[in-house]
Amino acid sequence: MEKFDAIVVGAGPSGNAAAYTLAKAGLSVIQIERGEYPGSKNVQGAILYSDALEKIIPEFRDEAPLERHIIEQRMWVLDDDSYIGTQYRSDAFNKAPYNRYTILRAQFDKWFSGKVSQAGALVICETTATDLIMDGSRVVGVRTDRENGDLFADVVILADGVNSLLAKKAGFHPELKPADVALAVKEILFLPQETVESRFNVKEGEGVVIEMLGKITKGMMGTGFLYTNNESVTIGVGCMLSDFKKERISPYLLLEQMKAHPAIKPLIEGGEMKEYTAHLIPEGGLKAMPQICGDGWMIVGDAGMFVNAVHREGSNLAMTTGRLAAETVIGLKQAGKEMKAPNLAAYRGKLDDSFVMKDLAKYKDMPGIFHANPQFFTTYPELVNQAAHTMLTVDGVDKKTKEREIVRSFTRSRSLFGLAGDAFKMWRAMR
Amino acid sequence: MSVEAKKPAGKKKFELDPRLAEYRGIWVFIEHERGAAHSVSWELLGEGRKLADKLGVPLAGVVMGAPGEATRGFCLEAFQYGADLCYLIEDPLLNDYRNQPFTKGMTDLVNAYKPEILLLGATTLGRDLAGSVATTLQTGLTADCTELNIDPEIRSLLATRPTFGGSLLCTIQTLNYRPQMATVRPRVMAMPQRDAARSGNIIEHPLSMIETDIVTKVLEYIPDQNTSKVNLAYADIIVSGGKGLKKPENFRLIWDLAKVLGAEVGATRPVVQSGWVEAERQVGQTGKTVRPKLYIAAGISGAIQHRVGMDASDVIIAINSDPNAPIFDFATYGIVGNAMTILPALTEAFRLELAGRRETAAA
Amino acid sequence: MIHIVVCIKQVPDSAQIRVHPVTNTIMRQGVPAIINPYDLYALEEALRIKDKLGGFITVITMGPPQAENALRKAISFGADEAILVTDRAFAGADTLATSFALASAIRQIEKSMPVDMVFCGKQTIDGDTAQVGPGIAKRLDLELLTYISSVVSVNTDKREIVVQRRSEGGVQVLKTRLPCLITMLEGSNEMRFATMPNMIRAARATVKKWDRVAAGIEDPGKIGLKGSPTVVSKVFAPTPKTAKAEIVQTESNEPQDLAAALLMRVFTRFPHVADEVRKNAAV
Repeated sequence: MEKFDAIVVGAGPSGNAAAYTLAKAGLSVIQIERGEYPGSKNVQGAILYSDALEKIIPEFRDEAPLERHIIEQRMWVLDDDSYIGTQYRSDAFNKAPYNRYTILRAQFDKWFSGKVSQAGALVICETTATDLIMDGSRVVGVRTDRENGDLFADVVILADGVNSLLAKKAGFHPELKPADVALAVKEILFLPQETVESRFNVKEGEGVVIEMLGKITKGMMGTGFLYTNNESVTIGVGCMLSDFKKERISPYLLLEQMKAHPAIKPLIEGGEMKEYTAHLIPEGGLKAMPQICGDGWMIVGDAGMFVNAVHREGSNLAMTTGRLAAETVIGLKQAGKEMKAPNLAAYRGKLDDSFVMKDLAKYKDMPGIFHANPQFFTTYPELVNQAAHTMLTVDGVDKKTKEREIVRSFTRSRSLFGLAGDAFKMWRAMR
Repeated sequence: MSVEAKKPAGKKKFELDPRLAEYRGIWVFIEHERGAAHSVSWELLGEGRKLADKLGVPLAGVVMGAPGEATRGFCLEAFQYGADLCYLIEDPLLNDYRNQPFTKGMTDLVNAYKPEILLLGATTLGRDLAGSVATTLQTGLTADCTELNIDPEIRSLLATRPTFGGSLLCTIQTLNYRPQMATVRPRVMAMPQRDAARSGNIIEHPLSMIETDIVTKVLEYIPDQNTSKVNLAYADIIVSGGKGLKKPENFRLIWDLAKVLGAEVGATRPVVQSGWVEAERQVGQTGKTVRPKLYIAAGISGAIQHRVGMDASDVIIAINSDPNAPIFDFATYGIVGNAMTILPALTEAFRLELAGRRETAAA
Repeated sequence: MIHIVVCIKQVPDSAQIRVHPVTNTIMRQGVPAIINPYDLYALEEALRIKDKLGGFITVITMGPPQAENALRKAISFGADEAILVTDRAFAGADTLATSFALASAIRQIEKSMPVDMVFCGKQTIDGDTAQVGPGIAKRLDLELLTYISSVVSVNTDKREIVVQRRSEGGVQVLKTRLPCLITMLEGSNEMRFATMPNMIRAARATVKKWDRVAAGIEDPGKIGLKGSPTVVSKVFAPTPKTAKAEIVQTESNEPQDLAAALLMRVFTRFPHVADEVRKNAAV
């Protein structure tokens, strides 16, 4: 069997970023994907972060299937039938080159994978990597479920997602804990282009992102989201898997209830459901990160828990880690060095220098804090909404009395001590 | 043959091109093998009668076979099911079905007597023949139609069939070619009444071939081994199982109920593809169409691909643990529950009922 | 050395059309395209003949550019060469126009390597007509063998083939001469798993692309919409039956009570069904 420079396991954003970068540099790459076609097993919101992709395919804007560039971000805190929110729209976002786009995963992955093939990598689908082939403690290849299916390479890059069985099998990655992953479900609802534009107050090509927090997750720790695509909207909700198990609520039902929320229903009225999917999202952050490289192997993307849950960023970390891993390998190859742990550790160095590790380090305590403080997902949303309602209802009560009412409702719920504690925790976490 | 389209402009009365107008009459291919006619032929005569009456033209059967009583007998049967006349080609070369002589026979007849519509059953034989005939005549063929109608103004056959995996229907016309050909699956159309007193004219035609003209030879015929032939299409009671039964062992419950009822056993495509039962038992768009008096569906969701194969049943009983299963949208009765407990209860209930009746009958 | 041409079609996978768990609507979007499952039986049979007698398999399809994926898949199973016959002019083709285009392309293939057999699937899961195979056979003057359940023997010296053909209630054993066209019955074999070397070969393969001129088609009036006698005049959703099922419920909701209640209702409201049940069971 011929030997390749690199085997990439998985054809999602991180795998494609790695395979593309390697192939472009002239290395022989074979990429193995479990699904029928690249992206079939992949699910995302989906938002594309230009910065990450620009560094891999600078001219992507000319060819990639992009939906709308985002000019407005809304943050909503929802109660049962009301919400309070902030909105940020800027003309700056409306000047090319655009910073963020909504995308449809199916089309986008197909395009990205096409680029990978064009660059010269062999993309093999419907094939599962079942084991790593070891020579002592060194990874020398991958075993697949096909006849004559052993593949050999100088380095194996694991880009096989949140459920990376290979990494677990080889002991690089501990069993995923339900508290470290979220289960998210999403639907794409078809709406005519003009309807999207009039309801969200945008022009052709412009898009809005709505991130939601609050009662929609029924006391569980999680968030909702609504994105505008060209002729559809993507709506979804995700909660910690441990919460789903504890509360025994069906994710689909949660989504249906969210769609019925009076703030959301009119925005999606008349939408025809085009697609529904579910996926696990790594939420553990830095504290849940496994070992990321060793003799003959590296981990990129969700498999390495590279997700910034606070800012809901995953695909940019995926692409960046994929690229950085590839650049590490290319550097070693050019210097004639072997793909051994000490040399591959340069990958960690690159990650530390980039936003990837910097952001993950910054938010490493968030997951723990949110777990221990469910009030952020129930009590606060309620209080905040009630407060807004009280202030905004013109009913003859003077403003001062209203303010006192609000403060009283907060302290009754959380006590002054609790409020102070919460504020401190948030500040600490954000720091 | 084909003609350039002449579009009816504005309020001008539509006139069919004279060369197309030469083609008149509805023909139904009477399929038979080993001495028995396939009843789809009669179902098509029933349908053909309606089309012929709408157009005011005769309905004819087409019979091809070895010389003798049996072959002529099919013509007489055809009259009883509604044909006005019968075109007959008798020749020893037509003893067993082979594509070449049958195609020549049919195309010769069409070129000589010019029918405007030609219908065949969508059986193994029918499809084999229809494809060759349509290509030889360079005309349009619509397969597996679920409905046939006429647009009398332009004398066009409107053939409706499923599309997009069965979730939608489409209507197809063959506007500028004749004959307009269509195949229909067995049991999609209802069986017409038989009128023993009816008769008609037989028009004979030669085959004009010799054995050495025909390349394919029949070496032998091997009848199917199992004496318990699966006769799903004509069964009057069917018990059917789907993937909701979860395991192949649970399918035994379907067989148990079927045994008590003397019913045939059916299944959905996923069940057949998983190898739980033989392919002959598949009911649905790519399986058999059935029209029983009673259809019991257990663990079947009622997806459109299955539904189109059985929703013409008189009474449909659905058993499914999911109250939102689509089957409850069109079944007659439904039980929301676990098929694994409901089926044995139903089997027992029927058994008691029938035992009781038999006792009363015997008394 | 035997040269077999296998005709395949890329179709949407209607088996993957899913139903939403809450609203029960059918979702057609995002359904992947696959090789028509019936064509796999044809391809596998051709591969078996190649395994036994040695030979060369050319896979061909008439379709849009993305049909190339289906051809690569065929190569991954073991086909030797793939040709995509693609041209805007083919759009809207019904089965008559399709068989015309494929037959022309096969004639072109013949020019570089004589063709001994053509294999087709029995029908497609999206068209379901089973007409293209017979159409190609007629145009190329090939002996037509449909609904073949097995190829018994192929004798390249005598140019003879013996097959078993499914008929109502039994099997016809037929002998005929090459070249012939065979449509395979579903379930007659099981497609092998692609080996890794073949998958790599497929990833590296160059799929030939022929437009209508390269496919030897001189008269554009015989292909695509122009060459199609049948015309789709209307597409519509079937009218839903408005009457929903009457759900049988009892106080206890125990299986035996439900069964008894159901029986009573069926027998009282539908006496002809009751008669049929009694008649059948009495046997």
